Amino acid sequence: MAGGANKRKKDAASLSFKAIGNGFKEIGVTFVEGDIKTKLSYLIFGLGPILRGQFLIGAALLLCEVLFFWFMFGFGWQYLSKITTLGTVETHKVKRKTVYGDNSFLILLFGILCIFAIIAFITIWYINVKVNRNEELALKQGKKLPSNKDAFRSLFDKNFDKTLLALPVTGVFVFTVLPIVFMILVAFTNYDKNHQAPTNLFTWVGLENFKNLVSFSGTGLGPTFIKVLLWTLIWAFLATFIDYFLGLAVAILINKKGIKFKRLWRTILVLTIAVPQFVSLLYVMKMFANDGIINGYLIKWGIIDNYIPFWSDPMLARITIIVVNIWIGIPYMMLIATGLLMNIPEDLYESAKIDGANGWQMFRSITLPYMLFVTGPFLLTQYTGNLNNFNVIYLLTQGRPQSMNMAERAGASDLLVTWLYKMTVTDTNYKMAAVLGIVVFIVTAFISLGVYNMLPSVRDEEGFQ
Amino acid sequence: MIKSYKKKRAMGNALGYIVLILISFIWLFPFVGLVLQSFRSYSNEYGGMVDYLVPHQFSLDNYRFLFSGETNYIRWYLNTLIIAVCVALLQTIIVLCVSYALSRMRFKGRTFLMRFWLILGMFPGFLTMICLYFLLKQFGLTQAGAVPGLILVGVASSGMGYYVCKGYFDTIPKALDEAARIDGATRARIFFTMIIPMSKPIIIYTALVAFMGPWCDYVFASYVAFGHDTSYNVAVAMTRWVWTNDYQGYFTRFCAGGVLIAIPVTLLFMFLQKYYVEGVTGGAVKG
Repeated sequence: MAGGANKRKKDAASLSFKAIGNGFKEIGVTFVEGDIKTKLSYLIFGLGPILRGQFLIGAALLLCEVLFFWFMFGFGWQYLSKITTLGTVETHKVKRKTVYGDNSFLILLFGILCIFAIIAFITIWYINVKVNRNEELALKQGKKLPSNKDAFRSLFDKNFDKTLLALPVTGVFVFTVLPIVFMILVAFTNYDKNHQAPTNLFTWVGLENFKNLVSFSGTGLGPTFIKVLLWTLIWAFLATFIDYFLGLAVAILINKKGIKFKRLWRTILVLTIAVPQFVSLLYVMKMFANDGIINGYLIKWGIIDNYIPFWSDPMLARITIIVVNIWIGIPYMMLIATGLLMNIPEDLYESAKIDGANGWQMFRSITLPYMLFVTGPFLLTQYTGNLNNFNVIYLLTQGRPQSMNMAERAGASDLLVTWLYKMTVTDTNYKMAAVLGIVVFIVTAFISLGVYNMLPSVRDEEGFQ
Repeated sequence: MIKSYKKKRAMGNALGYIVLILISFIWLFPFVGLVLQSFRSYSNEYGGMVDYLVPHQFSLDNYRFLFSGETNYIRWYLNTLIIAVCVALLQTIIVLCVSYALSRMRFKGRTFLMRFWLILGMFPGFLTMICLYFLLKQFGLTQAGAVPGLILVGVASSGMGYYVCKGYFDTIPKALDEAARIDGATRARIFFTMIIPMSKPIIIYTALVAFMGPWCDYVFASYVAFGHDTSYNVAVAMTRWVWTNDYQGYFTRFCAGGVLIAIPVTLLFMFLQKYYVEGVTGGAVKG
């Protein structure tokens, strides 16, 4: 099995190398065999297509080239040239006036943008060569080139995918890819509250921050990091599986024959999904507060003398969070399970009953295996979702209670993401926040990809169509 | 024999009802509490935390306060509404476009794009927050301009959330497309006149989820609008009343504001519950 996968990987690798080799060969062949129009297109994008009457394509290519040079020389170069140092001129005062020096933040951000622009430029250049080649071949074979009108129309038919995806892909690029690459690089700098652009410079520090995260000596974050990571994993495990089984149980209970008002029960449960979490969770947080209503009634009824520190005791806070999360999580699972339970063929249960199986046995050998098989991917996304479950933790405790033996304001109930958030907003410790972000990514990717490939129900995507 | 079986069944059902009633009580308790506290009289009783549930005197003090102009509550509410409606609309359009392209068309880089987005989705959202903030700042879309800024951020990356919608499109038989193409319909025509009318449930689901996201958003809104009261949304403005000590006694006001923000979205959700369940279940099974 593993050998086969390895071989496939090797094949894929050699194939892609071959493809790259072919690409280079084609560039050469196109140049040698091409006419003067094609040859000129190597420098002036789209000249060939324009001269051959393909104005639309040619103009688009040419526009890309013009935009690129305008961007690079008018704007990008001043940043890109400083990316190795992230700026050297500090902001200083001349008499009473502040003279702004280099802005490390902008240098890094626009430097990345420039690198992406260069990659895009090379890609477009290659497309440009390809277009010339195809046109020449078509003309040689005596075919007519498609008219401009046809080229435009194809954007709504053959090339409709390009029209549809242009905007979303650009959006994802600018607002997700660019920031993520930026933050990954920040993890290798000393960008924090003492090095804030534009007043101070920050610069590359290599793996310093990663070392700090796993260092157990002195001010290293190692001990705190291990604690937070462990709690994150345990929390996600408990939150996922407790909710899963309880939700399943509630769904089975509501689905049971003889129980009436099924819709009413479901509607009551679903309320927690409908009501905004910042309202419901903040209210619940206040309910369990030291001066909250639960402690209030318990004291009034004489059950306890002193308030129970639901949020200020580390262990109790963790337990309370998990309990409150059941309140949030059961309805989701109940909704999903209700739909799926109806798909289980009724005669399976009938024949089991005839064989004398009781309710528990039927659940164990029919319902549970089916549910686990069908909801495998869902369980996985739930788990990774819970790893990053910001809302529940932050709205309930904000990661508190904090303790002296945890660094960087981390608290007993902090997940990696809430810790990351606090570092970003409260401490402006961007470098460590970036490192944590990378750690979260690694944990999530490791778990999802590892488990995902083992799931039986996700092998064949096309099989569904 | 039969009698005892019936008896057992009745017992089981009775037990079931008891459990369900208990569950309902636990699930409803916070909401009942929220509504009751919001009616507690502010002038005659304390506005903060008390140890009883039912107010001694019912009044509309807290609601009156919200609309009295002492705070920008109406403005916050409008901000929330504008952001949520715009995001719901634009996000639905983008998700539909992406889903159609990925479900129906086979083009170079399709699997790469899907894998790449899947991996991107594994980065925690807050990681990009700082960078996005400064990006928006370059365009003047923070603080005073936070509302359009939040709309932009809410919509920009929404293409990555295509899974459920694509899963739905995948279940529409491809033979229909092919038949239409033989009749000379373009892809665009098929998309607009065939697929979209057939996808009402999934459109409603997508729009509903897209609406509820920004309606409840706290994290990003608080970061982008930081310190500029008139561009807060309700979540950002009101969490202060609970968290900051300067707002002692604002608890019942928070409850009132919370009730007002919860009612529309709860009604909407209850009304469209069927579609939500369909979407969530479909998404869960296909992954």
